[in-house]
Amino acid sequence: MTALIYLIPAALFLALLGLGAFIWTVKSGQYDDMEGAKWRIFIDDYRDDNIPD
Amino acid sequence: MSINDTNDARGCPTMGGPVAAKGAAADPSAFVRTEDDGLEHLDLLVRGARCAGCISKIEKGINAITGVQTCQFNLSTGKLFVNWSPGSADPGVIARTVADLGYQVSPYDPGEAEIERDKHGRFLLLCMAVSGFAAMNIMLFSVSVWAGFSGEMQDNTRTLFHWLSALIAMPAAAFAGQPFFRSAFASLHKGKANMDVPISLAVLLALGVSLYETIIGGSETYFDAAVMLLFFLLIGRWLDHRLRGQTRLAAQELLSLQSATANRQQSDGTVRAVQARDIVPGDTIILWPGDRTPVDGQILEGTSDVDMALVSGESAPELVQKGKTIRAGMVNLTDKLVMMASASTEDSLLAELTRLVEAGETARGRFVKLADRAAQAYVPIVHTLALLSFIGWLIAGAGAHHAILTAAAVLIITCPCALGLAAPAVQIVAVGRLFKRGVLVKSGDALERLAEIDTVLLDKTGTLTLGKPHLVNAKGISADVLELAAKLARSSRHPLSRAIADLAGPGAIATKTKETPGYGVEGKIDGVSVRLGRAEWAGAKACTKDGADNTSGLWLVVKGRDPVHFIFEDTLRVDAAKMVAGLVSRGLGVEMLSGDREKPARAAAFEAGIDKVSFGMTPQEKISRVETLVRDGKKVLMIGDGLNDAPSLAAANVSMSLASAADASQAAADMVLQGETLSPVLAAIDISRAARRRILQNFGFAAVYNVIAVPLAVFGFVTPMIAAIAMSSSSIVVTLNALRPFLHKEKS
Repeated sequence: MTALIYLIPAALFLALLGLGAFIWTVKSGQYDDMEGAKWRIFIDDYRDDNIPD
Repeated sequence: MSINDTNDARGCPTMGGPVAAKGAAADPSAFVRTEDDGLEHLDLLVRGARCAGCISKIEKGINAITGVQTCQFNLSTGKLFVNWSPGSADPGVIARTVADLGYQVSPYDPGEAEIERDKHGRFLLLCMAVSGFAAMNIMLFSVSVWAGFSGEMQDNTRTLFHWLSALIAMPAAAFAGQPFFRSAFASLHKGKANMDVPISLAVLLALGVSLYETIIGGSETYFDAAVMLLFFLLIGRWLDHRLRGQTRLAAQELLSLQSATANRQQSDGTVRAVQARDIVPGDTIILWPGDRTPVDGQILEGTSDVDMALVSGESAPELVQKGKTIRAGMVNLTDKLVMMASASTEDSLLAELTRLVEAGETARGRFVKLADRAAQAYVPIVHTLALLSFIGWLIAGAGAHHAILTAAAVLIITCPCALGLAAPAVQIVAVGRLFKRGVLVKSGDALERLAEIDTVLLDKTGTLTLGKPHLVNAKGISADVLELAAKLARSSRHPLSRAIADLAGPGAIATKTKETPGYGVEGKIDGVSVRLGRAEWAGAKACTKDGADNTSGLWLVVKGRDPVHFIFEDTLRVDAAKMVAGLVSRGLGVEMLSGDREKPARAAAFEAGIDKVSFGMTPQEKISRVETLVRDGKKVLMIGDGLNDAPSLAAANVSMSLASAADASQAAADMVLQGETLSPVLAAIDISRAARRRILQNFGFAAVYNVIAVPLAVFGFVTPMIAAIAMSSSSIVVTLNALRPFLHKEKS
């Protein structure tokens, strides 16, 4: 049972990590343009930062 | 395949479609705003973009403008966001660049309401994530506790697990429960009880009781049930929020048509772009081809063809000249016009239409959704039951602790997870099915309203018919003659010219083209002068051979050759008659409302198989017809496309528009048909009826579940484990039922 002492915090930490990642995706607007995202992969020279060439 | 090949064609490189005229962009300077970051921001609404090529073209084009810092195009909403450091870029150039790429562009002012809506959607998503995370992790502890129930787990380990659950559940519920707590509080404040009241009560009571149990080292806690309840309900809320779409935006869209900016001639003779709402009666306004009239007024100078679709719904342009009165919202097609404003924007026709649309939408807002009707019956029953079991157990001699625990169990187990999911789960599936069939549904309750209709009203031009003139004698015209005509037609915005240009496809334009409004286009091709236009103007009067009506249509006259007659007609959509027959076979009354003259209206109705026809109707008459029917208790579906249909679309119980329709009509309608055919209307009616049956079935499931679970809870047999199993299984049953195919019941 002593294994619980580090298994529980480890499990919670990993879960929080997942939650944190999800919150980041929402906050950074990754669900704002669901339609455009699937098309953008076809743009050869597309860069996330949109710096003009 | 590379979409980045230098694509010189204007507009969408993969799908084609209507292309905006070069340079046809209002000056958006008035919409530029300076934000906290010190940069100037501009939002533009771009239409006609549909693929990666479009994103790439637009973003590259804008980024190439000197001074622009960021440029982000959102394909889902059509919004283009641009910013630059103050003074380093010209907003007019940005708008013109987009127009020159072939996309319609208009400045866009995101309303407060819409920003709020987006924020709320994100907040619901966050709440859902937090409650999902908490539910999963608490469940890990709960399952361990239940598994160790037979004595393998010692009491202090169990208490530790309860404390850990509480540690996760308390903050998670405090965050994720906000949408419910706030709404319940607001509702109680008004002296009413909505669905969120029992939900909030159940969650708070369950958490409170569980915390007390944890502190005294008891065995039964409901942390898992309370958080899972929030999670399931939030799924339903979020789906519902996504479905609600943009129904409220119709009136705003119509307002934005009010030609956001206008070119006003100042007293010193210079022309300045001003916001349309700053125009006062007496101002002189310059209208270039492609401009929309911002206010009602009178023509001072110039002769031009004007698109009057807003009043009549008919696309055939009218010739206007000095002295003619012109209403707001008309599009100038051929030549420069100078007009004097006779009204301000608030007193113009467009503003009146906007008010009619708003009124219609308010009336429609009174529709009560199935889920809300269920909730109205549900809330008092649940509260009474919980209260009765509390009092009952007290009377029976149980302690207050036990009585509260039972009352909490009743509230949790009756809580409307299944009810909250029943409607949105079915609707989101139905909306997805319809999308595949080319029907875009903008709100979930539109499906509920569509399932109830008994009368269908149809517009003629652009709805039953294609709405555009089509060349009917194309077979008798050789390809090089067509190309010759197209070289002239490409330079013109007149609908008949557009019909020829569309048929011939992109290509060269004749030199020295000149358009005479109301008559035709002339130009030089290989040094020979060519005219395309009315018979007498083009010089074809003496040459009629076919004996046909030579006054209509266009004549192409080339020196030394026989004149060629181009005949046009607005034809019915291929499946119009089939659709009308399908509506009748479903027991629906069908009626046609047209702004057109009697003869063409009757002819189209006869061909489509419609008996009841009204013609020559103004937008106000259309709306009053819709209102009369609604007042008589009819449930009306209106299908229309013109700007003049927008108010009646908003007034009908449910409405459909077409992809080719005016923006305001598409915005006012609940559903938009994406293709050129009308038979998806039948699919939409069938699917909406099937969805309604499915929702009622789901309510049935929820009721059966409650009938079994409530007695158990009231008599105190429900343990936390039973509550958790019952709650999740009922939600899963409802969701699976929603996912079952609708299709075997459809008639096509």
